[in-house]
Amino acid sequence: MTAKTLTPPPHTEPKVFTRDQLDWLPWIEPLAESDLTPRHKEALIDAARAKSDYFRLLARDPDILESRTRTDKDIFYNPQAGAPRADRELAAAATSRLNGCIYCASVHARHAAVYSKREADVQKLLDEGVSADLDPRWNAIVAASVALTSIPLDFGPEHIDRLRSAGLDDLAIVDVINAASFFNWANRLMLSLGEPAVQK
Amino acid sequence: MTDVIGKLAGIAPGSPLDRARDNRPEARKHAQASYDALFSPKDFGGFPLVERCAVASFVAALHGQPETADHYKQKLVAAGASPDLAVAVAGEAMEAHTHGPYGHYPAGPLTLEDHAGLSYAVAPTPRRMMGNRLAAALEHTHMLVFHPRDAAPPSLQALLDAGWSTTDIVTLSQLVSFLAFQIRVVAGLKVLNARPA
Repeated sequence: MTAKTLTPPPHTEPKVFTRDQLDWLPWIEPLAESDLTPRHKEALIDAARAKSDYFRLLARDPDILESRTRTDKDIFYNPQAGAPRADRELAAAATSRLNGCIYCASVHARHAAVYSKREADVQKLLDEGVSADLDPRWNAIVAASVALTSIPLDFGPEHIDRLRSAGLDDLAIVDVINAASFFNWANRLMLSLGEPAVQK
Repeated sequence: MTDVIGKLAGIAPGSPLDRARDNRPEARKHAQASYDALFSPKDFGGFPLVERCAVASFVAALHGQPETADHYKQKLVAAGASPDLAVAVAGEAMEAHTHGPYGHYPAGPLTLEDHAGLSYAVAPTPRRMMGNRLAAALEHTHMLVFHPRDAAPPSLQALLDAGWSTTDIVTLSQLVSFLAFQIRVVAGLKVLNARPA
């Protein structure tokens, strides 16, 4: 018998981009927590992720989950030189805004606001979209993220020049490229394997 | 360390950008480990190499970046795809090529930002050639590449109905999504490499 997709429980779908904490409901069956082997747990990296439907679904292929997560953590959390955390989170939020991933945008808009202390600018990005006027540095980062996210890709030397004019060195530019590109990975998983829900 | 991203972006080992990439050593190492996990896993499960390469070749061709498109086209041939399959995948990528991201939002204030676009289906002749299973994967892949916010349970049901297991759907989703990352990093670094400070 062919498997069927899951019917999420009654919930309220978010209808706008928000910095509120959201839930996520899977459309296909995650592994049961009781079925996680030592290999699955190792691939989750953070033990707390065993409580997450999203990560227990991805744990069905532990090797790619583990590599995905280690790539993610280094791009966003490694404090060694490069772009400040707020800039990397902004690139993630702008990418998610353009692709239309309300869940990812909520998480990374929260992080961008916390690390930059610029709640109003981050909210403006969520409310107005990627054409919002922020400041020269953030406009350059958003424009670079948009150019890398659009398909066909539209990223060119003018984006590099604009990032440099805004004060980013090459280590910081590599971070922006990595962060925007990584969210083209993350958004597609979040958008296509389940849906966000407003927390009760 | 040589890696597929550095090679496709044309970054010479030991060059300034090569060293700059080492500022994020784990990201570099695990982007490569991700590629290896998808294309040379310990266990292919129900998703064989030739299908992985057919999907990858389709994704790369849709992005139109020559280095990555050539890489995956060659990988499909090396995986033992028949010439007919390689031609069919390339032909479908030509048919399916469009501009993104587009798609719909939940009805409400964001409806103003809805953009309709191509809803791609494999034509009957290539479908007969490649089979329903791979055709369903290419249709899902096109949505993921160009209009991921249109994703909904029926797109996953179509994969289940075409014989994809839940675990293989996770791997397929990771494959397409990883490539969306890899292709962009290569394109971005290539531009940066050609524009020294």
